[in-house]
Amino acid sequence: MVEFKLSKEQLLAKEMFSKFAENEIKPIAREMDETEEFSMDLIAKLQKYGMFGIPYAKEIGGSGADVLTYALCIEEISKRDASTGITLSVHTSLCCGSLDFGTDEQKEKYLRPLVDGRKVGCFGLTEPGAGTDAGGVQTSAVKDGDNYILNGSKVFTTNSGFADTFIIFAITDRTLGTKGMSAFIVEKGTPGLTVGNNIPRMGIRAASNCEVAIQNVVVPAANLVGGKEGTGYKIAMTALAGGRIGVGAQSVGIAQGAIDETLKYIKERKQFGKTIGSFQNTQFKMAELQTKVDAARLMVWRAAVAKDNHENYAPLAAMCKLYASEVANDVTRACVQLMGGYGFSREYPVERMHRDAKITEIYEGTSEAMKMIISGSMKVGR
Amino acid sequence: MKIVVCIKQVPDTTEVRLDPKTNTLIRDGVPSIINPDDKAGVEAALQLKEKVEGSTVTVISMGPPQADVALREALAMGCDEGILVSDRAFGGADTWATSHTIAAALKKLEYDVIITGRQAIDGDTAQVGPQIAETLGLPQVSYAEAIDVEGDKLIVTRQYEDRKHIIEVATPCLITALSELAEPRYMSVRGIMDSYREKEVKLFTLEEIKDTVDMSDIGLKGSCTRVKQSFTKQAKGAGEKIVDGSVDEKVAAIIAKLQEKYII
Repeated sequence: MVEFKLSKEQLLAKEMFSKFAENEIKPIAREMDETEEFSMDLIAKLQKYGMFGIPYAKEIGGSGADVLTYALCIEEISKRDASTGITLSVHTSLCCGSLDFGTDEQKEKYLRPLVDGRKVGCFGLTEPGAGTDAGGVQTSAVKDGDNYILNGSKVFTTNSGFADTFIIFAITDRTLGTKGMSAFIVEKGTPGLTVGNNIPRMGIRAASNCEVAIQNVVVPAANLVGGKEGTGYKIAMTALAGGRIGVGAQSVGIAQGAIDETLKYIKERKQFGKTIGSFQNTQFKMAELQTKVDAARLMVWRAAVAKDNHENYAPLAAMCKLYASEVANDVTRACVQLMGGYGFSREYPVERMHRDAKITEIYEGTSEAMKMIISGSMKVGR
Repeated sequence: MKIVVCIKQVPDTTEVRLDPKTNTLIRDGVPSIINPDDKAGVEAALQLKEKVEGSTVTVISMGPPQADVALREALAMGCDEGILVSDRAFGGADTWATSHTIAAALKKLEYDVIITGRQAIDGDTAQVGPQIAETLGLPQVSYAEAIDVEGDKLIVTRQYEDRKHIIEVATPCLITALSELAEPRYMSVRGIMDSYREKEVKLFTLEEIKDTVDMSDIGLKGSCTRVKQSFTKQAKGAGEKIVDGSVDEKVAAIIAKLQEKYII
């Protein structure tokens, strides 16, 4: 190991993300949660400052930073609002991540406006009958001259309510199993593509997670990602591996955000004539929580640096997500407890953080799916 | 239009702690920021650049090597070039020595407009900007809350406590900015990457400016003023509340108090 420090660029970027989140997100986070509506003004600001294309090269319109800087962004943003964190993460890791497999023409036409801040993307893999078993996708794509005709439905599609560009996974050859899956770029407004209502949820309520109905949607063959049938499953799995760095960073952000709020509270709240921070129980608990969050953060950074270095990051990303999501849940539960009745009250943000934390153990691969990936990389079952 | 903005890196706190022995600021452990008035000046300069095609914005700071990050931040907001005026020989400078040092560096640059902040939150003197203008023999408009361009002239709104002046000023000139002048933009992610990878912060040491400054005007030795004592202000005593009586009686009591202290 050479150095254990962020670069100057990363430090300055972290400071900027932190200030942006404090000034632009913190004041509206509660309202977005309660109204279950994401602020389009906030999207525009995130785009303006280059947060929708962080790990993409300037040549393709991105910000020219790396995956670690992207992880820092997701953490700082998620300290204030996890919904904003996942909105950025799905756009970057899953939608743009799928387009990494696109042809040069597809990158120019679709990736550029996504990373230069003009458009928002989403990723449609999950279906009512295909969750962890992603190979069970039923949506079909049938070749028809220069087009494909897509039919099926997607569910819990993050960002779908306001996305311009949809990556839709569909089966082009049902006899080939996962090798018969392909990825398609579908533009918003294409006839037959209908985005339903935002699904009511326990947490990340400001995010947009809608059902997407796909009825006889005509997609030009030029929009088959990578130009080859049968690559969809690999594209989805690779994008999701990257996405887990985002969800890991989001989990760390939620947990650190809860600790930061709790730290302020326990220094002020007095019981039995002393601040509750002066009790050893509180001190030891806080020490345990911060240690867990630091461990999770280092795992996220390790996975991010591995991806930057084009190493085999997938098992590292699975580990960081497995651990960080568990930490987010443990830490937010403990923070609500430390803050007592006020922690439970919606006047303070920790109850929201507690609700938001749960999804991190579920989406982009459940904790159980992470264990499948990690044990698979250890060749345990073989 | 060639615009130069002078910025100062200051501790990010209103609770400035002092070293009781040296009477100087304790900077360790205190996060540093661009002085708010100066940052408004940076934003105003960037807005002028966007208005007047072909403009450039150079940002300059005098300070220790750590002030580099303040310049990078300004570059990440969109400034074109940074200059760090830094040398042990410049240390211990009061406003006289500081303004002479910065003016000496500015003599090495081309400029139409120099923008400084009104005053820094750590020193609160509001002297350096006007002193630079005097040293360079430039017209100056202080307390600017708006700047417009009209041909080769600037139209500056100068704020007073009870009124405003709209002043037309020919370039080259110096303007001191209020924080109300412009709401600073954030750094962009791309700007941050460019600030380190594509843009440059030039170092001006004594060597670079020795022919444009009188050695008797720099550093501790060139300073006309010395800080005799620095101390943290004690909180004022509790005020007096007049609770009892009618409104007229309370007003009469307040007037009596003010007369007693010869305030009215």
